[in-house]
Amino acid sequence: MTIDTATVRKVAKLARIREDESRLDSLAAELSGIMDWIDQLNEVDTDGVEPMTSAVAVRLPMREDLVTDGGDPDEILANAPAARSGFFVVPKVVE
Amino acid sequence: MSDLTGLTLETALADLKARRVSAVELARAHLDAIERARPLNAFVLETAERAMEMARISDERIAAGSAGPLEGAPIGVKDLFCTRGVRSTAGSRILGEFVPPYESTVTEHLWRDGAVMLGKLNMDEFAMGSSNENSAFGPVVNPWRSSASNRPLTPGGSSGGSAAAVAADIVLGATATDTGGSIRQPASFTGTVGIKPTYGRCSRWGVVAFASSLDQAGPIAKTVKDSALLLRSMSGHDPKDSTSLPVDVPDFVAAVGRSVRGLRIGVPREYRVEGMPPEIEALWARGVEWLKDAGCEVVDVSLPHTRYALPAYYIIAPAEASSNLARYDGMRYGIRVEADSLDEVYEATRAEGFGEEVKRRILIGAYVLSAGYYDAYYLKAQKVRRRIADDFDRAFETVDALLTPTAPSAAFGLGDNTSDPIAMYLNDIFTVTVNLAGLPAISVPGGLDAAGLPLGLQLIGRALDEETIFSLAGVLETAAGGAGRPQPWWAA
Repeated sequence: MTIDTATVRKVAKLARIREDESRLDSLAAELSGIMDWIDQLNEVDTDGVEPMTSAVAVRLPMREDLVTDGGDPDEILANAPAARSGFFVVPKVVE
Repeated sequence: MSDLTGLTLETALADLKARRVSAVELARAHLDAIERARPLNAFVLETAERAMEMARISDERIAAGSAGPLEGAPIGVKDLFCTRGVRSTAGSRILGEFVPPYESTVTEHLWRDGAVMLGKLNMDEFAMGSSNENSAFGPVVNPWRSSASNRPLTPGGSSGGSAAAVAADIVLGATATDTGGSIRQPASFTGTVGIKPTYGRCSRWGVVAFASSLDQAGPIAKTVKDSALLLRSMSGHDPKDSTSLPVDVPDFVAAVGRSVRGLRIGVPREYRVEGMPPEIEALWARGVEWLKDAGCEVVDVSLPHTRYALPAYYIIAPAEASSNLARYDGMRYGIRVEADSLDEVYEATRAEGFGEEVKRRILIGAYVLSAGYYDAYYLKAQKVRRRIADDFDRAFETVDALLTPTAPSAAFGLGDNTSDPIAMYLNDIFTVTVNLAGLPAISVPGGLDAAGLPLGLQLIGRALDEETIFSLAGVLETAAGGAGRPQPWWAA
């Protein structure tokens, strides 16, 4: 298997997704199945090939560094799970 | 089904303009049809009040002689498009009751041109899926049934709600998005027309991001001309999306019906895959004959890296998704699951909020981007992507468009492919290449299979040459005589 349970545990941690210990084995098998299928890419000769990073070859445009939007904290905070006095309320970050 | 919901967008617009029908009557008829079609589960939110209000304004504008090109046309919006003041979920639990304070550019263009919003359409969560079974709101049921059985079939995905709503005549058209085939495969499964335009043709601003270098918006519609009408309004440069192309929008509608005599059409031999059902082969052969009859020259071409498109996609798309979906952390919008520490809040929120397929893809994305694997997977996939794009470039040196089947099968049963992720991924085998290369492609109904289910043909064009594939799609549509409409069993 390409991906063992320790790797799944590590990747789930990196992705900030809680996975129960009981699920790790089956997830490892599932993800390994997908990665093994993906490994056929190694058959392709890509020596000297420039990686393709965007779907169309255009230069990214520059714009003036100006404020064009904003100034409505109430509208933005309306979707917050918790908000108070014009701020997002988040769990304690610093002990 | 009332006469009003049986109209095409084109005929409805003509009737509105001639004042034979009012926008309010048209909206009312569609809202009634939507209510009767609830067993299809195509809508996740019906916006009846807003629809009636928009229709009233449309009638005023028509009376005042200031009607837009889509004035009074009732349409549905895939729930991946953010709509100001109207809940937008992306088919996910994690967004909760998110109500965007802004409007996506594509829907803004549609409202500017007079379209009327009927509601938000069901979809696979974050547009990840090929059967609509990954929606937090449950699967959409295909309006089409096999003549052999009444078992529920998938409308395809991820734009399953869009395709089902159009096929069931409960909207005159719908917005959709396509990252690996999510407009074209559902169009093929439902006897509708769906076009994914050139990457950059439609702004991605306000469309919930899945894989940013592949995502493109486009319409699903009843006819080729209807899809051209919708795409004309949806397209256009937008400074808010840096990948939006600063080019003029051609008159796509005028391209439908244009002669295709003398065009060279390539048939890529690598699309003839092992185990392809004979009915798909026959459909493809019919398509070739129809284009020859219209005066096209049909030639064999080779796209040698075709088989590597799906595996490359399943590195690139999950990698981009794992990055894009990092924003769902339970802090600024959507659901939050309380826990002891900040990290545990993130982990619990994302575990609760994301469905299984989305988690699977985030994990794959995080894995292929993690230290030590980046070159072996992500960089390799980007190089293979270049090879695939080069294949198309070479083919388009000698042909004007390519003809292929849209999907390797007709609509399958709900539950048939859910146990094997790779079997589900293979649905996109003919569509995903185009997303990697950024090219436009359209799916048009090519007829019915022996079980009476629709099958689609796909035309692929050069970058920014939607017009040629619109012209060719019009020819195929006329020759095939359309897929017809499913029996409205849901309204019985």
